[in-house]
Amino acid sequence: MNYIDYVSLNPFQRFLRKIVGFFINLPRNVGNLFKKIGRGIVSFFKWIVDGVKDYFSRFSKGDSFTKLSYIIMGTSSIARGQLLKGFLFFFTEVAYFVYMISFGMKWLSQFDTLGDTETYKYVPEGSWKEETVQGDNSMFILLFGVLTIIITVVFFALYIGNTKSAYKTQLLVESGKKLETSKEMIHNLLDKNFHTTLLTIPTLMVCAFTIIPLVFMILIAFTNYDIEHQPPGKLFTWVGFDNFSDVFFGSGKKSKTFFKLLEWTIVWAIFATFVNYILGMVLALMINKKGIKLKAFWRTLFVITIAVPNFVTLLLMSQMLNEYGAINVLLQNLGITDHNILFLTDPGGLIPKITVIVVNCWIGIPYTMLITSGILMNIPEELYESAKIDGAGPVRTFVSITLPYMLFVTTPYLITQFVGNINNFNVIYLLTGGGPNTQEYYNGAGKTDLLVTWLYKLTNDTSDFNLASTIGILIFIICSALSLITFNSTKSAKNEEEFS
Amino acid sequence: MIKSYSLRRKVANAIVYTVLTIMGIIWILPIVYLIINSFDAATGAYHSYIIPPEFTFDNYVRLFTETDQFNYPKWFMNTFIIAIISCVLSTLYVLMVSYTFSRLRFKSRKLLMNISMILGMFPGFMTMIAVYYLLKTIGLTQPSTQHVALVLVYSGGAGLGYFISKGFFDTIPRSLDEAATIDGATKNQIFWKIILPMSKPIIVYTVLTSFISPWVDYIFVSIIVRDQYDNYTVAIGLKKMLEREFISRYWTRFCAGAVIVSIPITILFCCMQKYYVSGVTAGGVKG
Repeated sequence: MNYIDYVSLNPFQRFLRKIVGFFINLPRNVGNLFKKIGRGIVSFFKWIVDGVKDYFSRFSKGDSFTKLSYIIMGTSSIARGQLLKGFLFFFTEVAYFVYMISFGMKWLSQFDTLGDTETYKYVPEGSWKEETVQGDNSMFILLFGVLTIIITVVFFALYIGNTKSAYKTQLLVESGKKLETSKEMIHNLLDKNFHTTLLTIPTLMVCAFTIIPLVFMILIAFTNYDIEHQPPGKLFTWVGFDNFSDVFFGSGKKSKTFFKLLEWTIVWAIFATFVNYILGMVLALMINKKGIKLKAFWRTLFVITIAVPNFVTLLLMSQMLNEYGAINVLLQNLGITDHNILFLTDPGGLIPKITVIVVNCWIGIPYTMLITSGILMNIPEELYESAKIDGAGPVRTFVSITLPYMLFVTTPYLITQFVGNINNFNVIYLLTGGGPNTQEYYNGAGKTDLLVTWLYKLTNDTSDFNLASTIGILIFIICSALSLITFNSTKSAKNEEEFS
Repeated sequence: MIKSYSLRRKVANAIVYTVLTIMGIIWILPIVYLIINSFDAATGAYHSYIIPPEFTFDNYVRLFTETDQFNYPKWFMNTFIIAIISCVLSTLYVLMVSYTFSRLRFKSRKLLMNISMILGMFPGFMTMIAVYYLLKTIGLTQPSTQHVALVLVYSGGAGLGYFISKGFFDTIPRSLDEAATIDGATKNQIFWKIILPMSKPIIVYTVLTSFISPWVDYIFVSIIVRDQYDNYTVAIGLKKMLEREFISRYWTRFCAGAVIVSIPITILFCCMQKYYVSGVTAGGVKG
């Protein structure tokens, strides 16, 4: 189909084509993805081989100062007058070795077993008092092991940079060019190398508060760190992919809970995303309808409900929907029911599930209204005019024009919302706390728990850290797969340079 | 024909008005309920009435005067200070990172951007336990240092949230930078003197979002602060008031406290909704 044919389609057909096209192209896209990954791996190895080759060729061509820089960092720069740069390299090396000898080596050497002596008690001879001997603490070994490995990687990169710089300075001196002085180096940090200056602190912070904890937690998924292996006192150790096979193929409660919660998470995400999306648009259309007065008033009224902090409204709702809460009182006063409805705790699980979806509508509809209002106003007026001439009513117009158009324009937003709802912690946790709990599920998981709230409970309440990390990785895989597909299918990621 | 058309339109508008009114009532009712309850003279959470028979201002007064168990004014100040500091830090990080990725071209740029995108896809609090132990080993979980820990946690990962403001910087014409470079400005000067003064909307947006987040987070607070009631922030404190052993005494005070927190945040949100919409749609909608 060429471009002319495509343009002549109506938006609904375009959207259908897109969906069909997506599934037709899926195998090829997945294939391309693997090809890309494969190519990435190949070029990575090539990069390493080239790096090693360069490393030795620089060494053989270098003079004595350059060669010395391979052992004592910064020598080449210091000997040729770049004092600041040279000493920075030198002190990095000193600091690294001091760190490794005083701290790092100890943890790294135990990294393969995560410790072998448990804490034990014994009674020394000639004494009646029991003494405790502190054993290894697997958690600290893992945590500081990760820290040490990351520091080592950074140091290694600096070391390679040092050898490159050493050889470069040598070449510059040999060809009689002027070297960058310390003053110029600082000036360049504000100009040519400004990115280094700007990125250093944020990167360090992200390393400390995101990357190190994340690597630690990912590694936890490959250990048996659960309630029965709690340091200090007990050791935990590597178990390979056991946790994953437990979750996927195990016959116990873990696997059953996982699949049940996964199913509910997806049902929840679909409802929470699409019901909000459609009703929010209907609300926006109603407010913006011609002839409706006080538009600003209606808008503000609904915006206020999302402006009030989420946790306040949700906690409030959880009280109102309580067995003895305001909603039940209201319903009984109006004579609609005569018994208390267990909105949040009904043991069947169906009523709480419906309740959380409805409450989420309360939060999500004004939000969609706010976001989509502007885009709705951009739908070409002719489309509506011609629909009116053809005698289409408001419902027909919405289904045949507004919805397809909006779906077409806001697909990326929808996917972001979908991913956001898979990770929607607040609504579930503050309303039902995942309840009603059931014996059928593993350790404290309830019927309205999403995978994320289960993850939270596993880390916080039941200390099943290994299972929690496994779930976290699986959530990551689901979300990144979804996002990857969208980012590949939209052009916005590729057109980044358009404005610059 | 014309008459029936205008009649139909009137009927349609009447239906829309009715629906809007009903929806408006449903949406605003919980908030009205919150405000009414904050003035309820009777304590206790569950009553057989909706509108209390007697109103009082007492809940607000007691919230600020009876501070022996739950020190609400202190929570408020805690949150305020944490929010200010972490807001300054995160705004700086976000602007620095987004400017770098938008304006400067260097070798590892794409790689760093891809890494940060991948990092953003892990559930945020998956790392909380590791963060807690890291903070504990550097001694930041003592009662006196917990707030430093909170500031670090809230601002630490901020650099990863550069996406929206990068989108904004991308729309500023590059010719400005080039002209300034020809005039002899360094990249540092371009950043401070040209780009930042032009970026007021996105700075406002970043400041407000990062200011609000400590007010509404309770996950990391609950991990780091645990049982030190005096070091609580407003969000976790209010949640604590609703726990089973406190709710009957504190329900009305919870409502009063919630109203007090909601007012500034609601105002802030209403002020920035314009930026907010353009921020969300910039990343997630194609034109």
